[in-house]
Amino acid sequence: MIRDARTGPAPRHHYLNAGHGLASWFLTKDHKRIAWLYFVSITGFFFLGGLAATLIRLELITPNGDLLSSDAYNRLFSLHGIVMVWFFLIPSIPTTFGNFLLPLMVGARDLAFPRLNLLSWYVYIIGGLFTLIAAVAGGIDTGWTFYTPYSTLFANGAVLAAATGVFIVGFSSILTGINFIVTVHTMRAPGLTWFRLPLFVWAQYATSLVMVLATPVLSVTLVLLAVERVFGVGIFDPSLGGDPVLFEHLFWFYSHPAVYIMILPAMGVVSEVVSCFAHKRIFGYRVMAFSILAIALFGFLVWGHHMFVSGQSIYAGVAFSLLSFLVSVPSAIKIFNWLATLYKGRVRFDAPMLFAMSFLGLFLIGGLTGVFVATLALDVQMHDTYFVVAHFHYIMVGGAVSAYMAALHFWWPKITGRLYPEMWARVSAITVFAGFNLTFFPQYILGWAGMPRRYHAYVEDFQLLNVFSSAGASMLAVGYLLPLIYLLWSLRYGAHASANPWNARGLEWTVPSPPPEENFERPPRVEHEAYAYDTDA
Amino acid sequence: MTRTPEHTVIVAHQFENLEQQFDADLLGMWLFLVTEALLFSGAFLALAVYYHQYYDTFSAAARELHWLLAGANSVILLTSGLAVALAEQAADQGRRRAALLGLLATIALGLVFLAIKGYEYHSEYQAGLMPFLQQPFAYDGPNPHNAALFYNFYFVLTGLHAAHMIIGLAVLMVMAVLTWRWRDGARVARQVRIAGLYWAFVDIVWVLVYCSLYLVGR
Repeated sequence: MIRDARTGPAPRHHYLNAGHGLASWFLTKDHKRIAWLYFVSITGFFFLGGLAATLIRLELITPNGDLLSSDAYNRLFSLHGIVMVWFFLIPSIPTTFGNFLLPLMVGARDLAFPRLNLLSWYVYIIGGLFTLIAAVAGGIDTGWTFYTPYSTLFANGAVLAAATGVFIVGFSSILTGINFIVTVHTMRAPGLTWFRLPLFVWAQYATSLVMVLATPVLSVTLVLLAVERVFGVGIFDPSLGGDPVLFEHLFWFYSHPAVYIMILPAMGVVSEVVSCFAHKRIFGYRVMAFSILAIALFGFLVWGHHMFVSGQSIYAGVAFSLLSFLVSVPSAIKIFNWLATLYKGRVRFDAPMLFAMSFLGLFLIGGLTGVFVATLALDVQMHDTYFVVAHFHYIMVGGAVSAYMAALHFWWPKITGRLYPEMWARVSAITVFAGFNLTFFPQYILGWAGMPRRYHAYVEDFQLLNVFSSAGASMLAVGYLLPLIYLLWSLRYGAHASANPWNARGLEWTVPSPPPEENFERPPRVEHEAYAYDTDA
Repeated sequence: MTRTPEHTVIVAHQFENLEQQFDADLLGMWLFLVTEALLFSGAFLALAVYYHQYYDTFSAAARELHWLLAGANSVILLTSGLAVALAEQAADQGRRRAALLGLLATIALGLVFLAIKGYEYHSEYQAGLMPFLQQPFAYDGPNPHNAALFYNFYFVLTGLHAAHMIIGLAVLMVMAVLTWRWRDGARVARQVRIAGLYWAFVDIVWVLVYCSLYLVGR
């Protein structure tokens, strides 16, 4: 491809200069501007959660708990978990790229409910404020899982403020989910049949289904927790005959599907990026779409694998273990199909592709170690060790955050109308990949050797690997801070992007970069399947 | 349904036509109701688990509740469901007065329901059946500890339902104002229909609440 095709004249009128002043942003109903509101806020939360992680890794350089008290350490990892799960990972791709791209990809002028979309951002911010209040008021030490009866009867922290924050942000997810589902059902452009939709749209659709079906259960669980803590309305209180394991069931009925809320959008991104940079139609389109739905469905049937040692019945354990293995089938199909897409493709390794390749490798390792912990007997050994910590960070950070970064670079020219500096982006991608592995691979070994999670001190034998891990974390910090700098730089100094700098397919690349306020001058008509790369000379 | 001429109907800018907009609005409400059903389902599930564990204690405790008053309340609420359905039909046919009347009747019946519910709460408070907020728990049946769990569920579930009633009443009041103003008949008819769906959900949940708290074990 000719390098110059990436740049082009800036359009005179686009959504970014369609209005000026604070009101044009904070009262906007344009999905593209609302995506920006989310970009800025989730980036803030990402670095807040990252700060907590930095302090955790600093503490763990030495075996003695010398930097932080055990209480402060407990509060830090709880804050890290709550912020990263609910205020970064769950909203990350759907509320930013989903918001920006879904109407463009289905050929619509906006989402079905623009006002609801703006409302969901305000709801998110209010939930975030409660969480910040909880952090300022001394934080909580329950971990992100709020297990009862500790959280209801004993914990002396701002449990109520944190739970309220999570409860409120849940409604933001629900509103976004409803908006996306309705948009995909009712607003597709003429000719855009279900099996012509880009896989990114399928992924957003499946994610939205999970959001809509799982989040309310978390909401009611948190309500039950709150009334127990505040009014003493015991629901899980063992002294009344209540059952704390019931809380775990209800909590994980949401929180396991929540893992798929984080990873499904990432899979959608990777499908777009891999197909574009291999310049080839995605291999096995229909199977890819169905495996997204299958993962969303199976995701609802495996929550009990978090509770193998919580005293649930052994038969439940066996069933949950087998069902958990089942998730690996559609996941593996996706991995193989991405690889098959690369096969004989004209592969280019621009920064988005480097991040997408990181996703493939790291998600694979995270997924395979997931099979370890889904194994009933082995999990008894691995439960609550660093093995589990490493496993879910490979999925959440190695998988979901890598894909987020891939999306950020892939659609940056479309969103901002500017090109980012390619060389620095590649440096960032490689730094993140190396730093990530250095941080988390040692944790597999630590966990295998028996180091438990959630302690601020450990035996001396574990120090070397912990030092590796902390060193990796500092690389990771550099890798994540770099884009903050060069992307902001590119907003002002980057070259103007053409409408389709990657020579990609998809309706979003047919409109100027940045797109006009109304997206399309006239409603597009779709006559091709998605990823029509081969038809091109 | 489009009685007003096409050019006076306002379609939101993101939609191609009114039909598409109505489809989207209706689907949105149905999805929202799915989330509401799942919200209640968590509490119902927990209740079912405890019924399984403490059946005798729970059914004895359930007999202390005012099942007749609550039964009367069920009749009142279902009647309000009829009223809102009639209002939907009237609005659809462009009969503004009848629609307004139906909505006002729904609101009135909803308020009567809440008043009776409030009276129930008051009498339970006086009988010492509120085992929280440091209230004395004067239940004299078997296993008072486990019975306290039942009363906790009773207050949580009926409270959650009452909260939904209040939201529903607020929505219906907005609908009554819109119907009274009657700016764009077709639009009002669609709005009333969507609001009516929410009210129907509140009715149906009450039937489940009533059966699972008042009638089980009777």
